[in-house]
Amino acid sequence: MTTRIFGSGIRRREDPRLITGQATYTNDIKLTGMVHAAILRSPHGHARVNSIETSAAQRSPGVLAVYTGADVEGVLNPLPCAWVIPDSDVKVVPYNAIAKDVVRYVGDAVAVVVAENRYQAEDALELINVDYSPLPTVVSPEAAMQDGAPQLHEDAPNNQAFHWVAAGGDTDAAFEAAEVVVSDTIIQQKLIPNAMEPRSAVASYQPAMGELTLWNTTQNPHIARFITCLVTGIPEHKIRVIAPEVGGGFGSKIAVYPGEMVAAFCSMKLGRPVKWTETRTENFVATTHGRDHIEHVEMAATHDGKITGVRSLVYAGMGAYLSTAGPGIPTILHGLMYSGPYDIPNLKADIYGVFTNTTPVEAYRGAGRPEATFLLERLVDLLAQEVDLDPVEIRRRNLIPKFDDGHDTAIGLTYDSGNYQGTLDVALAQVDYAALRAEQEHEREHGRYMGIGVSCYCEICGLGPSQVAGAVGFGGGLWESATVRFYVTGKVNVFIGTSPHGQGEETTFAQIVADELGVPTDDVEVIHGDTDNTPMGWGTYGSRTTVVGGGALALSTRKIKEKARVIAAHLLEAAEADIEYDDGKFFVRGSPDQVKTIQDVALMANVAWNMPEGVEPGLEATTYYDPPNFTYPFGTHIAVVNIDPDNGHIVLSRYAAVDDCGPQINPMIVEGQIHGGVVQGAGQALWEGAVYDDNGQLLTGSMLDYALPRAHLVPDIEIASTVTPSPTNPLGVKGIGETGTIASTITIYNAVLDALRPLGVTKLDMPLTPERVWRAIHQQG
Amino acid sequence: MFAAEFDYHKASSVAEAIQLLDAHPDSKLLAGGHSLIPLMKLRLARPPAVIDIGSVASLKGITVNNGSIRIGALTTHGEIASSRDIRHGNPLVAEAAGGIGDPQVRNRGTIGGNIAHADPASDWGTVLTALDAAIEVQGPNGMRTIAVGDFFQSAFTTSLAPNEVVTGIQVPVLSRHIHDGGHGHEHESEHGHEHEDEHGHGHDHGDDHGHDHGPDLSQIHGEVGEYAKMSHPASFYPVIGGAVVITVEDSRCTAAKIAVGGLVPSPKRAPSVEQALVGRELTMANISAAVDLLTDDLGSDIIGDVFASADFRSLIAPVEVKHALYHAIGLAHH
Repeated sequence: MTTRIFGSGIRRREDPRLITGQATYTNDIKLTGMVHAAILRSPHGHARVNSIETSAAQRSPGVLAVYTGADVEGVLNPLPCAWVIPDSDVKVVPYNAIAKDVVRYVGDAVAVVVAENRYQAEDALELINVDYSPLPTVVSPEAAMQDGAPQLHEDAPNNQAFHWVAAGGDTDAAFEAAEVVVSDTIIQQKLIPNAMEPRSAVASYQPAMGELTLWNTTQNPHIARFITCLVTGIPEHKIRVIAPEVGGGFGSKIAVYPGEMVAAFCSMKLGRPVKWTETRTENFVATTHGRDHIEHVEMAATHDGKITGVRSLVYAGMGAYLSTAGPGIPTILHGLMYSGPYDIPNLKADIYGVFTNTTPVEAYRGAGRPEATFLLERLVDLLAQEVDLDPVEIRRRNLIPKFDDGHDTAIGLTYDSGNYQGTLDVALAQVDYAALRAEQEHEREHGRYMGIGVSCYCEICGLGPSQVAGAVGFGGGLWESATVRFYVTGKVNVFIGTSPHGQGEETTFAQIVADELGVPTDDVEVIHGDTDNTPMGWGTYGSRTTVVGGGALALSTRKIKEKARVIAAHLLEAAEADIEYDDGKFFVRGSPDQVKTIQDVALMANVAWNMPEGVEPGLEATTYYDPPNFTYPFGTHIAVVNIDPDNGHIVLSRYAAVDDCGPQINPMIVEGQIHGGVVQGAGQALWEGAVYDDNGQLLTGSMLDYALPRAHLVPDIEIASTVTPSPTNPLGVKGIGETGTIASTITIYNAVLDALRPLGVTKLDMPLTPERVWRAIHQQG
Repeated sequence: MFAAEFDYHKASSVAEAIQLLDAHPDSKLLAGGHSLIPLMKLRLARPPAVIDIGSVASLKGITVNNGSIRIGALTTHGEIASSRDIRHGNPLVAEAAGGIGDPQVRNRGTIGGNIAHADPASDWGTVLTALDAAIEVQGPNGMRTIAVGDFFQSAFTTSLAPNEVVTGIQVPVLSRHIHDGGHGHEHESEHGHEHEDEHGHGHDHGDDHGHDHGPDLSQIHGEVGEYAKMSHPASFYPVIGGAVVITVEDSRCTAAKIAVGGLVPSPKRAPSVEQALVGRELTMANISAAVDLLTDDLGSDIIGDVFASADFRSLIAPVEVKHALYHAIGLAHH
């Protein structure tokens, strides 16, 4: 066999256009006759809208129209929630593209101006006079459920959006019988995804044909088309959604939003293409946030550190309305993952989804699993302290032993494959754990604060079997599709339903084709992001594109190979059974000089001058692949921090990530995903947080106040891996897009708490600012 | 960016800029744009006219004469940080410049624009206050020089008249001499400082400095200066800045100029700390005792935010001043 391109860290073909500024993003789209929309947003966290005076704005130069909630009412349907989890009494409250009567968060849309240019539109916004009567606000999901709290929606008493419980074993009995119980209250602060590209839409409605084309910053154009159809009433087959270059999403571009639907509405009304692009300031309040849990969590165990149970009571903020996938995040993707990599017989997740006067909450990189990993790994560390075991030893005592094909957890998931001890061993060797502990001892003797955090994780991704999607209330399927098409010249197009936006699948999918069919990667072009020229697919989130879309692609290449073998046998005038294949060449067994390349076959299949009896022309295959299970990547991360007790400043000194995502198609891209994820998770631990005041004003509403991680604040990330193939998909891959974020927040948090352990500090809220750390050190609440 | 409508004028000389300021009331000067443009973007600033002085050549450049360094108002932070004259003549200024914002900010932002804006969260205000800098300004009636202590009035307010332009900043050459006791360079930790500042904390963790290996205090003679700060992790603006310029003779402090900024509406000198240092041997104990008096000098108007409360800032300000002092005399603080 020749060298496989699968497993080679070739450079990303996406990068030249991105680095040189030649990529085309939605905001780069310019159409003849295009006009520009700007949206007026509520400055209040909660208010009644008494009246809106728009006449001055209508007369403003360049203005074509001003629309309010009254104008869209009856034309646009409310935005649907597409993940209505079962048996949870989900309150799908009306979420209108433009609010009418009541605004419920700072950023809720109240009016839109369409003008010849954006400046004119912005100027006209200032001329709209909205008469508000402020209403009481509530921003904390726990406070929102208390009696007497301000109510957001008539149909959701106590602001309860849903109540979801999942359990396995007999958790309450386990706690009653427990020798040791540790508990904590964890605040998973609200985070603002801040994709580099803000959201944007260009809507072009053709009245004569009744067709809408929507260029849109979306992670999932086919879902966007489906939901646009539900909101606008335009039939699905007359809507074309195009996701051009998308500059990062991290979950915040899953949802279908008011802004995009307003752009579509304006184009339908005016018969002209309408562009709307949010400003960065708008992005902070109008694009979905992540996390926002208040969690009361407990772990039961024996004196020798064997975990017997985990249970939670979680208040998960949903924001003011249910975003597209909002309810599924703190439930299915969180509450089912309390086992992590451990063998825990009794689990119970008790989750309330809660409306608050804040920006709606959606998936944010990791989506539910960072929160699950955090609470589990925090409790494990607290348990280690309680029973006086090293954090590594207690993990060893509870990790599930190595398995290759299926492990059932107490709550009903079946993990695909795992070797959790394996990543732990590699990580410990990577950092020389014993030496680190000795160094820590030495530092402590000299009054210096060094901490070591160790976390093991197992996460659920590769979403997922469609049957399960249906069972858990996901409003769509979770299969993927891929078409592989050979042209007469032997070049290949791959058309995929899913929609990468930074993850590098244009490169890795070309590697899959090259590896399976022996064509150069440069001869393969991957087409995605346009509902008119790609087969149906459900999009990129939940680290699923390579697992599910890659699975579809691998199966299509194998179909191609089978058809090509038949054609090659015909051309070689040999029996099919005598044809051998190696690296893009078909030859007669025993006569390796009698060869037909895949390109020879592609030529013949396309011109069809001499085809075998009954074989159709063309060399093309499409597969719709529905995976039989999720995938469960895992790993061990270790962080080292040093803390300055004088001013509470934390330096992240060292970070080691050992992950197992199965076979790696492109290790360089895998590393890039880990780097990005780890740093994003570090952001939550150390710097980031959406802070609201009691009136629902976002106090961290700009880059001046909301601290994103900077490269120079992060050490070189030491990366290693183990390879445990997943038995559930054709490539054995598990997904790597979110593991970094899932592991790093708690790893760094545990390191900081480990550093402060001699002082008796057991709890700090995130982000771990110098002030919080300093006050903990100096015992100043 | 969708600013409110404004007129744009390009000035080719200071005189023309002054004329334009006179002709267009409430107009704003545009230098590096790092303060004005963000405010205009949010429509918090809506000047009817913007007067671009960015290409006025006479406002750029650095000159040294007679123990004084003149920095043209349009000189960028990056140019100051990398100026050989400044690195030799006043390393404190070079070091502070190199710790401002990030490379993009340092390549565009100017020292004149920064001080004219008078944001409390500024490194320059604090450093220039400790240096007793003089601010050169020009107006319709010609040039005048304003002592830095008279320049900053309060947050975002200076003594600059509406039709005056900051043209330059004068800072002294520091008479620092280190008699080499085997620890090498004249300015031994330039690289380390830059690195530390990028971490948002000047001089407060010791890896690059070593813990106990500073130069022997008895080898230092003359004026030395240092700046230490805690930066906001989002903006990199200082939430606390402490700048010190002290004269050392025979291990004693013979003169001290201490300034703090970031946590007060405009930069302040710290006379209590200065008096406590002068005449004393520069031991860690004496330094600690002196900086504890800083609270007396801060006043009651302390700035706080989500990242660092006013209370925390006043508690940590002495620490930053202490770090600056330790580093000025080559001590690491642990």
